[in-house]
Amino acid sequence: MTDIRYLAPRTLDEAISAFAAAGSAARIMAGGTDLLVQMRSGAVRPGLIVDIKKIAEMTAIEETADGGFRVGAAVSGAVLAEHARFGKVWPGVLEAINLIGSTQVQGRASAGGNLCNGSPAGDSVPALVAAGASVTLQGPNGRRQMPVEKVPAGPGRTNLLPGEILVSFTLPPRPPGSGDAYLRMIPRTEMDIAVVGCGVSLTLKDGVCTAARVGLGAVAPTVLLVEPAAKALIGSKLDDAALNAAASACSAACRPIDDKRGTIAYRTKIAGVLLKRTAAIAAHRAGGN
Amino acid sequence: MNVITNNKWIGQRTIRPDGADKVTGRAAFAADTNMPGMIWGKILRSPHPHARIKSIDTSKALALPGVKAVVTSRDIVDFPVDKSVMLGIQDMRWMCRNVMARDKALFPGHPVAAVAATTEAIAEKACALIEVTYEVLPWSIEIDDALKPDAPILHDFMKFEGKPSNIGGRIEVKKGDIAQGFKEAEIVVERSFTTRPVHQGYIEPHACLVSVGADNKTTIWSSSQGQFMVRAMTAHLTGIPQSDIRAIPAEIGGGFGGKTIVYLEPLATLLAKKSGRPVKMVMTREEVMRATGPTSGSKSTVKIGATKDGRIVAAQGTFYLQAGALPGSPIRGAVGCSFSPYDIPHVLSVGFDVLSNRSKVAAYRAPGAPIGAYAVECVLDELAEALDMDPLELRLKNAARQGTKAAFGPVFPRIGYVETLQAAKAHPHYSAPLGKLQGKLQGRGVASGFWFNAGGESSAQVNITEDGNVVVTTGHPDIGGSRAAIANICAELLGIDYRRVSVLIGDTATIGFSNLTGGSRVLFASAMVVTQSAEKVITTLRERAAKIWEIDPEAVKWENGAAHPASPNAGQFEPLTLAELAAKAPQMGGPIGAGVQLNTEGAEGGFGTHICDVEVDPELGIVRVIRYTAVQDVGRAIHPGYVEGQMQGGVAQGIGWALNEEYIYTKDGKVDNPGFLDYRMPVCSDLPMIDTVMVEVPNPKHPQGVKGVGEVPLVPVMAAVANAIHNALGQRFYSLPMSPPKVLAVLEGEG
Amino acid sequence: MTKLHVSTTINGEPAEFLCEPYDTMLDALRGPLGLTGSKEGCSSGDCGACSIMLDDRLVCSCLMLSAEAEGREIRTIEGMAHGDHLHPLQQKFLELAALQCGICTSGMLVASDALLQKNPRPSEEEVRFWLAGNLCRCTGYDKIVRAVLETAADMREAAQ
Repeated sequence: MTDIRYLAPRTLDEAISAFAAAGSAARIMAGGTDLLVQMRSGAVRPGLIVDIKKIAEMTAIEETADGGFRVGAAVSGAVLAEHARFGKVWPGVLEAINLIGSTQVQGRASAGGNLCNGSPAGDSVPALVAAGASVTLQGPNGRRQMPVEKVPAGPGRTNLLPGEILVSFTLPPRPPGSGDAYLRMIPRTEMDIAVVGCGVSLTLKDGVCTAARVGLGAVAPTVLLVEPAAKALIGSKLDDAALNAAASACSAACRPIDDKRGTIAYRTKIAGVLLKRTAAIAAHRAGGN
Repeated sequence: MNVITNNKWIGQRTIRPDGADKVTGRAAFAADTNMPGMIWGKILRSPHPHARIKSIDTSKALALPGVKAVVTSRDIVDFPVDKSVMLGIQDMRWMCRNVMARDKALFPGHPVAAVAATTEAIAEKACALIEVTYEVLPWSIEIDDALKPDAPILHDFMKFEGKPSNIGGRIEVKKGDIAQGFKEAEIVVERSFTTRPVHQGYIEPHACLVSVGADNKTTIWSSSQGQFMVRAMTAHLTGIPQSDIRAIPAEIGGGFGGKTIVYLEPLATLLAKKSGRPVKMVMTREEVMRATGPTSGSKSTVKIGATKDGRIVAAQGTFYLQAGALPGSPIRGAVGCSFSPYDIPHVLSVGFDVLSNRSKVAAYRAPGAPIGAYAVECVLDELAEALDMDPLELRLKNAARQGTKAAFGPVFPRIGYVETLQAAKAHPHYSAPLGKLQGKLQGRGVASGFWFNAGGESSAQVNITEDGNVVVTTGHPDIGGSRAAIANICAELLGIDYRRVSVLIGDTATIGFSNLTGGSRVLFASAMVVTQSAEKVITTLRERAAKIWEIDPEAVKWENGAAHPASPNAGQFEPLTLAELAAKAPQMGGPIGAGVQLNTEGAEGGFGTHICDVEVDPELGIVRVIRYTAVQDVGRAIHPGYVEGQMQGGVAQGIGWALNEEYIYTKDGKVDNPGFLDYRMPVCSDLPMIDTVMVEVPNPKHPQGVKGVGEVPLVPVMAAVANAIHNALGQRFYSLPMSPPKVLAVLEGEG
Repeated sequence: MTKLHVSTTINGEPAEFLCEPYDTMLDALRGPLGLTGSKEGCSSGDCGACSIMLDDRLVCSCLMLSAEAEGREIRTIEGMAHGDHLHPLQQKFLELAALQCGICTSGMLVASDALLQKNPRPSEEEVRFWLAGNLCRCTGYDKIVRAVLETAADMREAAQ
């Protein structure tokens, strides 16, 4: 590892011009909890590290005028947990981000880094997909928005254009009677990469599910937005038949691989089990709202 | 024999002498040490599981600015394969091939060359510049593959039953007539089991710092379980005489057997010698996982026969253990320990050492015994079920006692196995109700285990300082709190406050020969020599007092840290304290101190009986241990806190081995999970509190009744967990780890 | 290749050092700063032996570039005791034998201290999950968890 430069710009424009100029040799650094591990193992040898934590927009948490949230891409899970309201409105998104790694990792790791690392198993992503979050990207050609589920392109890859940096997440306003949850299956109680990750966000009105989104992680090259599962829940009272149908839809949507963390058969089975449990928690939280 | 009662310090939870440094970050582990002029060593490792090394060109590496030395196998002393040279249980023929590949790379990660340079980055870059030509050969890793008729043979010289083979050895232990025994059996259970290789998992990677002078005088600081082993192995492998090598044991960040051999020290020594600079080498976690001995994976078959009233009449075990790339799997432990808790008239226990293209195994806490116990204790559980007997009752009915002849040879003296069974049976845990919480299933299992323990060589010195306190030097690295226990013993013997006793670990230059820290022997052996040294010191102190009082030394007793007249007849004298006698030492005959070196004997094996409760999520296959009680006959708990600690640590390792730890390989034969992320050791939230019961049946052959405690705790655990899972689910598991996909598969009838 | 110069505060005192841009904070602590109390167990953020406080946030120093220390406040194990006065957690670890080999102890203490500063009344479960990123292979965690719970109780009592 030689000839690595480190920059910590204070403005987004500086970051983008340095990042774009260095091309594929550059890496963005938020918490560094993926980047530094990859550098250490030799998987990544950046020529330039652009540390975005000094850029105000990247570390801000704002409530938008319409009642949604805008969370900077570099906000750590620990900081997000300390926000007075975010966890009350989006407990599922918050718990997902704060399942990444250990307490120490949560002190640094960000949803932005988790998403852009492109791991199909990244814990924050299924919950953000279920939440209907979108991202704001900025690059040499300006700013644009994109739904979260469109960001991952495959293991280790995203659909960000060259020179683009993820700036923030926008979470939509929450109708009353909404709740979200994230569950993952890991063999231990902590510290494992998700074998399957499931995020569910739904809205209940008089006990009937009027809206739902389901995100499934670690079962395909990218996180999946499982529309058939959501469809099975919408219009139902989340009875066993609806949950089973949604669970089957999740299992059917899986296209996992066999690897050191799980087999195709196991992941496919677990996806359905998790959907039921996650939906139940989301419903319970929705009932409380 | 003087088992001390009415103790002031023995049995107390004193503060360990090295404690303040350990909690403030001051304790010097091997990687913490630095020397002026120090440079860094790195290793080039084979990417192939099996390959002939055709050529090594180090010229480009040597030419890189900053590189100060390069070492290849040509620099290492060769030990020809036809002549065994033993160092303890290690054969130098294999050691010299383990530290660096000679004609063949035998596993991915096998060192091929080493470089020393002014920075780690340059050393790594230089390694990448070394050009090695390999002739890639077919390889095998799993036991079945290594034993196939057309399996690639690792070593041409290795033959079994006259044919080239990957079987490195066979041992057998026999008692009675096994065929006869099974004839007498009315119920027979026979099962086969497999386990995966697991790593000792010490948090501190191997590290050393070596300095070699122009006159060959060598100083080695290293993380090891035996500075004398380090000195001897380094001498053997480098050709530098032992008397020119001073091996200093740094504080050690865990070993569990994995640091009872050397990996880095000989290479660092050669690099230091060639470069004329001190060389530091520290393994990365990945190197530890890829290239240091884990323990064996295994295949076992156990068959046990009993009469209908629960008397075990025959037991047979066949244990195949992986050795890795060079011979030496712990078949002795599997073969010798597995049936030892029981009084069985007919036993046949056989072990095979199977070589394959993975790193050479190293000792891991009661080596071989946990593997054998997993199989035997699970079969006993099935037998108990078939007999409709309580599993602890079955064990009590067949328990080894004083006078039982163990299958591996000796007749047991006074042992504490029955006491552990009784204590387990009486423990509230055993009768606590199990529940069914929110769709999860709970179950309880028990298992027992045995480990030989060991004695062996130990040296100590007890010296009285001029101001009347005590400095004890012992010879074994302290891996679990042995300094605390030694301080307790010395304080007890001398009758002084334990804070006046300083306990240090000597190096090869400052203390006499002491064998490895391992085999659950450190306290057993060092307490013996410390006791004898302290007794000599007390004799001297009594003589000094006698001289002052002008009476016979027989008329002086040592009590509460002072010399007293032994009886009113001896005379009326004020006691002379340790401090007073120390102050008078120069005029009274000189320094007060004594040293003892012994090959200690009288170590007795230890037994444990464990109770485990698990909770299973039947939809996900996840098993959690929710309650655990470990009962062990510990001889005498000199420092209860550290004895409990050994028990709890062993249990935690066993739970990891049972549930989630395993080596996973890629299709290319490489380790796929060489890090703590995917090599899944138990984390804090995985475990419950681990309750311990220390049954004290003092070892009659030891002055304080000490028995080794460190290894027994790992032996019963996997079976205890497996039996608990069976109790919860009604299904048995014949392979480890019992990870969620496997549990789910068995639950769904696929396993 | 020029090194970076970093000015920072470590355990309350100003400190400066030179480092490569790719050096981690752990490299800087154990190298130019000579603070070897933080240990390297894995360098991948999985074992917690390198735990430090970065502006009152518990982090792994192996997952932080040393360049990031510029202008920040770093607290390590070396700053936990005051002279020869051990922190209550350090004292309790010794009393309860909550360490054996000691290699995880620095990280365990820094992490436990961070917990008690944030939550003076943790449950056993909260302690276990907070410390999930601190691997220990010797103790089975039992005595460590007890030490943290007892110290928390002692400190609450002392505060009354």
